[in-house]
Parts: sequence; structure tokens; C-alpha cells
Amino acid sequence: MSTSAGYIPILLQILVAVGFVVLALFLSSKLGPSRKTVQKDENFECGIESQGNARYPISVKYFLTAILFVLFDVEVIFFYPYAVNFKDMGMEGFIAVVTFVAIFLAGFIYVWRKGAFEWDK
Amino acid sequence: MPELSKIPWPFLILSFISILCALYVVTSNSPIRSVLALILTFFSISAHYVMLNAQFLAIVNLIVYAGAIMVLFLFVLMLLNLNKETEPLKSNKWLIGAAVSAGLLLLVFTASIQTSSEHIMRHPEAGTGLVKSLGKVLFTDYLVPFELSGILFLAAMVGAVMLGKRDAANESDTEITGREEV
Amino acid sequence: MELSLLFEKSVLILILTAITLGIATYLTYGERKVAAFLQDRLGPNRAGIYGIFQPLADAGKMFFKEELIPRNAEKWLFIMGPGLAMVTACITSAVIPWGTDLVLFGRNISLQVADVDIGILYIMGIVSVGVYGIMIGGWASNNKYSLYGAIRASSQMISYELSMGLALIAIIMMSGSLSLREIVDQQSGWHGMKWNILFQPLGFILFFTCALAETNRAPFDLPECETELIGGYHTEYSSMKLGFYLFAEYINMFVSSAVMSIVYLGGYNFPFMDAAWFSTHPNWLGAISVAVMFAKVSFFIFLFMWIRWTLPRFRYDQLMHLGWKSLIPLALINMLLTGLGMLLWGK
Repeated sequence: MSTSAGYIPILLQILVAVGFVVLALFLSSKLGPSRKTVQKDENFECGIESQGNARYPISVKYFLTAILFVLFDVEVIFFYPYAVNFKDMGMEGFIAVVTFVAIFLAGFIYVWRKGAFEWDK
Repeated sequence: MPELSKIPWPFLILSFISILCALYVVTSNSPIRSVLALILTFFSISAHYVMLNAQFLAIVNLIVYAGAIMVLFLFVLMLLNLNKETEPLKSNKWLIGAAVSAGLLLLVFTASIQTSSEHIMRHPEAGTGLVKSLGKVLFTDYLVPFELSGILFLAAMVGAVMLGKRDAANESDTEITGREEV
Repeated sequence: MELSLLFEKSVLILILTAITLGIATYLTYGERKVAAFLQDRLGPNRAGIYGIFQPLADAGKMFFKEELIPRNAEKWLFIMGPGLAMVTACITSAVIPWGTDLVLFGRNISLQVADVDIGILYIMGIVSVGVYGIMIGGWASNNKYSLYGAIRASSQMISYELSMGLALIAIIMMSGSLSLREIVDQQSGWHGMKWNILFQPLGFILFFTCALAETNRAPFDLPECETELIGGYHTEYSSMKLGFYLFAEYINMFVSSAVMSIVYLGGYNFPFMDAAWFSTHPNWLGAISVAVMFAKVSFFIFLFMWIRWTLPRFRYDQLMHLGWKSLIPLALINMLLTGLGMLLWGK
């Protein structure tokens, strides 16, 4: 089955899941008590009074990880159409992919040598 | 152009959802909500792909755009200082520039769709977007562009590391200024 | 799609969702009992015999607790976070085949919600979107520790997604298809014993490690590392919204166990399933195959819990080093070796 109609059950399952989640969240907000006080509506944070808010910049390392992830993810995606056709393509296709992997590895080693994966410094 | 009544209704609903979400992306005041709406837009575009039976493209659109690039966007937003005072001002100059470039893009798209839609409608090749047929085309007819894209990735990696490292040198400063505002 | 098939699928989806939720509820009990067993304690034993009603009491309590939304939080995003986490957890199971076909009322009934061309990629796609539930929740809480938990979680999940994808590619090279149904059926050789783990031991270890990291389970549970981050990304949550985050984790564990059973342990295949008797009794075959599938899933879930109560937590730099410097190169080598091996010895 490789037609669009095969996705109707997935759509149904998404609807069921969303329906359940919305219903449960709605019910729990109605069933529980609601006694709001000024202190209770404060952030808990770590138990002591919180200072300022949580809207300040994070380390650039996370950003670098995310950008490298995007690049590598696209490269990994490219392997899927190859893997599916692997048996038909034989040695020729394998060499093509090895070339691609070599370029991938060159980038990977460069990134590694530049210390993008260092988290303890 | 086919008449409205001839267009299948799932397509109409999906298009409505995608356009609505896309409009919310540009009109919302909160950048995080914009990103969320953009994710929804990508989902509906994936559904469009599924309707065209381009299943692999649909899921790649989800994994790469909704799953990877949007995470990057969220990280960038969290990297920025999202306090009210630092919100960028919207000036008319930017709006006009954006409108002009978007208009040009629209022109290119309409032109390309007008010329190619005839061809697509006459030769509906079922299963072009399935992973197997896509792989065959990619690794035979488009082998050289495929290998070249690897070099493109290499360049992108070098660029990313360069940017990241330059920021890392200033990182201690930004962190201190960040803390000061807290 | 004809109406009867649609009805059949709807029933299957409702049953599957109910089972998933039931299992998630009872995994909390299982976790506590396993922890108690490993630490030589009794565990919950008050509600009902051996405490088997404990999870029901817990779930009921979740509904009746006061719902707190901090004043500084972004209200709608705060509510959306756990909702998203739960929805993404619930829909991953759609492409998993749970057993061989049953014959009921003269119809062949497939125990799989949707057998799509891209099966395994659908799971990868939903997993990659699953990051948002945690990220949005942690950010919307307006709590520094939640924010750190959320960022750690998303960073960790995206890092391990790469090696997970690479490990899968070796499997797809062997199967030539992304459909989970086909991946299972190709392991039915050797009287139902030709499991992929025999050909992909390294790939299995890589995939299992990544699955631990993707589900935020110990030793990769840094997003909720209480010694550094209070409660992690769900510090500010209460009532059902907290419950959803916890349930989502258990559902993810359940689904990833199912995926691992299918991809590496032959799914619902069991030894001597090709016996002649089964071909005339498809319903018995179906029932046993479902039981076998769930036995394999339970094995993985126990493994998850065993690891959680045995191993200490990684440090964040160790976690990132492992993901980027060890798993990705290993997964690449595994992929190339698989390709080379198959080309040279032609399987």
C-alpha cells in the first residue's frame, strides 16, 4: 500500500490523540480545586524567591550543536534513498556513497579538530 | 485553471490551514509563537506532499524543516534576549523591502508554475516521490549534483564553526551582560 | 478507502490508544516494583493486593489536583508543552505492526494502523518533532532551571538522533525497504529466527544507546537531573500536565521498545512459526505473535528499568562527547562495513 489513502488511519490516530489530550487537560482543570493566591502563583523555581526571569541568553555551544545537527541530519537523510536501492546499485552506487561519506567525514573531522564538540572547556 | 468545485476538498482544507498558519507566522507578536505556527505550516505542507503521493518528500520535510531547522530557530530565539525592552522595532523601510522581495518571489513562482503545470498535469507519474524511485534518480541522473551537495555541506560546516568560534571568544562577555540584566 | 476498512482501523486505533495509556500507567507501577526489587525493598503494596491499584490511584489523583500556572509563565504555551509531548508520544505507534494478520468475520485484519512506504522514517519524523513538547514547556515556565532542562533535553535528543538514523541505514540496506512490516517479514527466515541482531550487533548497541538518550532515560536523564536542575523542564508543572510529561516518557519507552523489537529482534517472529499447523489456524498464529511481540517489548522495558536503577548519570560533557565523538563515527563505520560485507559476500 503506497498511496495517499494509507495515511488516513494516521490522521485518525492523530485526531484521537489530540482529542484525548484536550479532553484530559480540560477535565483536570475543571475537576481540581482552584484557590489562587499571590504567593501560590509565583514561580517555584528552586524554592527560594526567584530573581528576575528566565529570559537571558544561553551558551552559544547549544546553537553550534543545533546548526551542526541540521547539516548532518540532511546528510543522513540522503543515505535513506541510497539504502533502499542498495542491492540494485551494486559496487558503483557504493563507490558514489563512499565518496559522499568521505566528504562528510572531512567536514566531521574539521569540526572535531576545531573543537566544536568540546564541552568541558 | 480548474474550477473551484473540481478541486478536491481535502486540498482546499489543507491549503486553508497552511495559509492561515503562515499568516499567523508573520502577524504574531511573539517570535516563539511564530515558530510554532511555522511548524504547523510545515505539517500541512507535508500533508500536501502526501496527497501528491510524494511520501518521502513529506517525511523529509517533517524531519528536516519541522524537526531540525525549527529547533535551530528556537535555539536562536532562546539565544537572543527576549525581554520586552530588546524587542526590535519594526520600521516601514523593512516592511517595504520585505514586500518587494516577497512580490518578486511570487512573480517567479507563478511564472514557473504556469509553464510547468501543463507538463505536470499531462504526465502524472505515480510514485515519483516514493523513496525507491527517488533514490534511483538521485544516484543515476543526479549523481554529480549529489556529490557536489556534499561539498556544499562542507562549506556550511566550516562557516558554522567559524561563526560559532568567533562567538565563543566573546561568549564570556555576553554571558556577563546577560546576567546583569537579570 | 472503503467504510468497513475505516471502521476496522478506527477500532484498532482506539484499542491501541487504550492499551498504550494503560501500559504507560502500569509502567509507573512496574518501575517502582523493579526499583524496589533491585534495591531489596517491597515497593508499593497498599492499594490492592501487591499494590496493583496504585497506578489507578495515582492517575485519579492527577485529575483532582489543583492546576498551577505561574503568573510569569506564558499561559498557552505552558499548557501546550505537555499536550504536545503527549500527542507526539501517542501517535508514533501508528506504523508499528503488532502481529500477523487475524481472520475475523471473514476479513483479513491487519494489526497495524498504517503500513506506509516510509514506515520507519515516520517514527524518526515524529521523534524529531517530539523535542518541542519539552522545549516549549521548559521555556514557557519562565524558570531558569526549566529552561536549562529544556535546552539540555533538546540538544541531547538532536545529537543522538543522528547516530540513530545512521544505525538504521545499515538495517535498511539489508531490508531494501522502509516499511516496518517488510522489515519484520524479512526476519522470518530460518524458521523465524533470522533476526537482524545476528547481523547487526554493533548497530543494535548503538540504536539501544540512542533510544535511551531519546527517551531521556537514565543514564541520559540530564534534562531532569535533580541535583543540578531541581525538577528539570517540568519543575513548574502540576496535576495532569505533570502527568502528561511523565506518561509521555513511559509511552516513548514503550514505543521505542517496540521499534527495537521490530528492527533488531524480529518483531512478532518466533521460532517455528512456519509450522504447517499455523497456516490453517491464522488466529492462533496471530495471538501467539502478538504475545511474542509484547514479551520482547517487556524484555526491553525491563532492560530500560534495570539500567536506570543500576547506572549513575552521565555528566553533560560526557554525554555530548559520547554522542558526537563515539556514536556517530561508530555508526558510520557500521554502515560502511555492512555495505562492504553485503557487496563482497552478497546476501
